[in-house]
Amino acid sequence: MNVAVALADVGREPLPIASEAGPAPKRIVVAYGFWIFLLSDIIMFSALFAAYAVLRNATAGGPTGAQLFNQVSVALETACLLASSYTCGLMSVAVSSRNRSATYLGALVTFALGAAFLTLELREFAGMIAIGATPQRSAFLSAFFALVGCHGLHVASGLLWLALLMLHVALKGFRANVQRRLLCFALFWHALDIIWVGIFTVVYLMGVSS
Amino acid sequence: MSDTSYDRAPGESGRPRDAQGWTAPEVLVYTIGLLLAALLTVTSFWVANTSLIWPPGVPLGLAVLAIAQMGVHLVFFLHITTGSDNTNNVLALAYGLFIVFLVVAGSIWIMASLNANMAMSPELMDLHLQR
Repeated sequence: MNVAVALADVGREPLPIASEAGPAPKRIVVAYGFWIFLLSDIIMFSALFAAYAVLRNATAGGPTGAQLFNQVSVALETACLLASSYTCGLMSVAVSSRNRSATYLGALVTFALGAAFLTLELREFAGMIAIGATPQRSAFLSAFFALVGCHGLHVASGLLWLALLMLHVALKGFRANVQRRLLCFALFWHALDIIWVGIFTVVYLMGVSS
Repeated sequence: MSDTSYDRAPGESGRPRDAQGWTAPEVLVYTIGLLLAALLTVTSFWVANTSLIWPPGVPLGLAVLAIAQMGVHLVFFLHITTGSDNTNNVLALAYGLFIVFLVVAGSIWIMASLNANMAMSPELMDLHLQR
């Protein structure tokens, strides 16, 4: 195959490779830098996952995961976050075709689904705290609230970021720097959904099945 | 400038960003991703609740399904591909996953090994772990 490619390229000026073409456009540099940040964020989450995995049986005689977790609520949260990741993708498509109303619609649905996820999660936390399953109760619950709460904090800051970005779009339009921020937000939001896949599997489903 | 083979920005699909008009294929990619992810999620919930599967095998099955779903998200939502314009993104991801593996597997291994090797009576060990 390489031979065929090489033969096809004979007589044509080869494309300059990236290392010879000078610095990459800012859009690529910014997105790559944000990608590195997201990976370091995932590494931080991996420490919380490791703490949870080590401490999941250290319930100190308190409630266990199987007694606390409500699978229906977890399924609803998962559905909300997955759907919001999808609408965030549709918003990216609208942004790349500079369609302002479709961008607003995608952002609105993404925001609503993210807010629904957060509401369900806070209701779950409030229910657990009401029956005495607070972070102080056991090492298991400390690790649980640290891991799931940190993800919830990320979702909350993502919602704030999305609202501010829509303000940018309304005030400045699809300028290059606004488009870069929208690309970074989409990366952030999809990465949060990937982390949630780990949480609902390791914390909730493994918690109720074992 | 457009025919220079720069790397692709992570999260960006292969379609040139200035192209106007028909955008269906990109929407289709997201839709396929949504359907696959939903299928894997439903399967995960089923595996956790069914009695058809040998119970000790359930966590392994759940782990496999979760890794598959993360792969679906990476490919269909974040547009990570094996293309040569994506090599930088994939290498950064691979290094990140390597550190994640070291942190998680290393922690579990060390703590399990400590539990197994500490010369404490089971009651004392239990008390120690719960604090």
